Amino acid sequence: MTAARRGRRALATFFYLKPRLTLALLLAPPLLWLGIVYVGSLCSLIVESFFHLDSFTGQVVRKVSLATYRDLLTAANLDIAARTMTMAAAVTLAAVALAFPLAYYMARYASPGLRAILTLGVLLPLWSSYLVRVYSFKLILAKEGIIGWCLARARLGWILDGLLALPGIGGPSLSVSSIGTFLAFVYVWLPYMILPIEASLERVPQSLLEASSDLGARPAATFRRVTLPLALPGVVAGSIFTFSLTLGDFIVPGTLGNSSLFIGQAVLAHQGTAGNIPLAAAFTVIPMVIMGVYLALARRLGAFDAL
Amino acid sequence: MAGDTPTPVVRLVGVSRFFGDVRAVDDVSLEIADGEFFSMLGPSGSGKTTCLRLIAGFDRPSRGRIELCGLEAEGLPPYERDVNTVFQDYALFPHMTVEENIAYGPAVRRVPRAERARRVAEMLDLVRLPDMADRRPAQLSGGQRQRVALARALINRPRVLLLDEPLGALDLKLRHQMQIELKAIQKRLGITFVYVTHDQEEALSMSDRLAVFRSGRVDQVGTPAEVYERPASPFVADFVGISNLVDGEAAFALTGSREPFTIRPEKIRILEAAASAPDGACSARGRVRDVVYLGMHTRYVVEIDGGAVLSVVEQNRDSAAVDVQAARGRALRLAWPRALNRPVRRAGAPESG
Repeated sequence: MTAARRGRRALATFFYLKPRLTLALLLAPPLLWLGIVYVGSLCSLIVESFFHLDSFTGQVVRKVSLATYRDLLTAANLDIAARTMTMAAAVTLAAVALAFPLAYYMARYASPGLRAILTLGVLLPLWSSYLVRVYSFKLILAKEGIIGWCLARARLGWILDGLLALPGIGGPSLSVSSIGTFLAFVYVWLPYMILPIEASLERVPQSLLEASSDLGARPAATFRRVTLPLALPGVVAGSIFTFSLTLGDFIVPGTLGNSSLFIGQAVLAHQGTAGNIPLAAAFTVIPMVIMGVYLALARRLGAFDAL
Repeated sequence: MAGDTPTPVVRLVGVSRFFGDVRAVDDVSLEIADGEFFSMLGPSGSGKTTCLRLIAGFDRPSRGRIELCGLEAEGLPPYERDVNTVFQDYALFPHMTVEENIAYGPAVRRVPRAERARRVAEMLDLVRLPDMADRRPAQLSGGQRQRVALARALINRPRVLLLDEPLGALDLKLRHQMQIELKAIQKRLGITFVYVTHDQEEALSMSDRLAVFRSGRVDQVGTPAEVYERPASPFVADFVGISNLVDGEAAFALTGSREPFTIRPEKIRILEAAASAPDGACSARGRVRDVVYLGMHTRYVVEIDGGAVLSVVEQNRDSAAVDVQAARGRALRLAWPRALNRPVRRAGAPESG
């Protein structure tokens, strides 16, 4: 036996006999990363939100106070928060409605080959730059874009005109209306909803659906009492993605839609041009609180019971 | 119901189910009487579970007709059939408590809450799980899950209960206990049980009648005694219990005919090598090639002079002081009443492997 081989063997035995040490060595890098970069920056963000900006000097005053939160709770800022939340909720609901049937088909009916193709199709958009896709959506939704053109050719332009005439969500064209922002959001976040729902549906054994039918439940009852409750963890996981991604995004509302701000844009403006990092930090606390409340509610409603 | 014979509660007429080129069920005709404990016995892949799924309505026959209580079942979805199923994997709803699982049938049929609670209590009592109502399936043992699945399927009081290898996942002791309980419950409720199993002992001990499946076809239907004592094919003889198949020269030496026959190991008696052949018996000299000690009894593998190798089983009645292994290599004579030979059809000889 060569010395090198003997050494490798001794090393293997050493680690085999000390499983705790092995575990510690394996876990150290991810824990350091999560601890310092992730939790650390989160803590500094929360701490920052309790500082405030001196309005005369423009300097951050490093003293704990609720001054920034007082600034946050102005009508204009609450308006931004409410608009963002409404959008996030609408996007999430639309994504669930679109994703569920496809995920159901993929998990229950598609052959393995077709399922691979569909999964690839769902993931494919994520391979290209998200910025490029949002800009291409701007073109699609523009006044002379393909949607407007098609509807006009089909003499259905009045549908679009009617939609755009709706107060609050309408506008001169799809690309500069809230409807456009909504469509782009649903488009970019849809894969994040499809995949978790598909994964949760895949874990529901066929025999459970058969048992439900066997015991006298019509398909609608089986869906409501068995399929949906068991897929709920996937729906919640997907909605965490779509909801929190919408809450934090600034590119979609910056590229499409009207000039009213979303939380992400407000954060960008405050920490960039305005230099008001405490207010930007306080703004980001809003989505975190919302998601916390949302998860607590989901838990209370039994969304995770099937896990 | 017209005529003397009551309408069978389940009737299969020439039923086939093809999956591509595979004939999972191939031209099966069966009649199951009301209140009967009927087993479908066969090795895995013999079509018995597919047959059960066709009766339950989870799958539809490619050909043939299924009648439930005298009515054509084609086009009836599972939720409109008066049939309930105990699944092999139990299929308990993981997000519901034991009580909610059992109450599922009445709940989807909109039975009033009070009535539902009464029936659930009755069922919990029937399967002897009174204190488990609030548990989740994940908190139960295999045997308890089995009981919940049974209660859930029985609460609708179906005409027919289908059981798909319900005891397959239980250990031997528990399985024996559940066999007795299942039989008792069936007697008490008078519900027709259609019981799928690959365990021949289970099928023999519980059934009123059983069907032996092979490659999608039914080889034989009959009472346990009929199937065991008069197997219709070498396959049945071999699958139900252990059997010796004798044919060719060995058969000629024993019976004077080359017709193949089977003889059960426990029917053969072991005599002294010097003993003469009893009158009217099949008899041959032989030598013990192997001895398998099985506790309650011992199996001797004997090579007889005619060339055949026969299994012989003897109760260990007074072998307490005797080392049965010492019998290895001993010369002896085998004898059994000629009347116990079961001629078997040549056609459909058992497949190898």
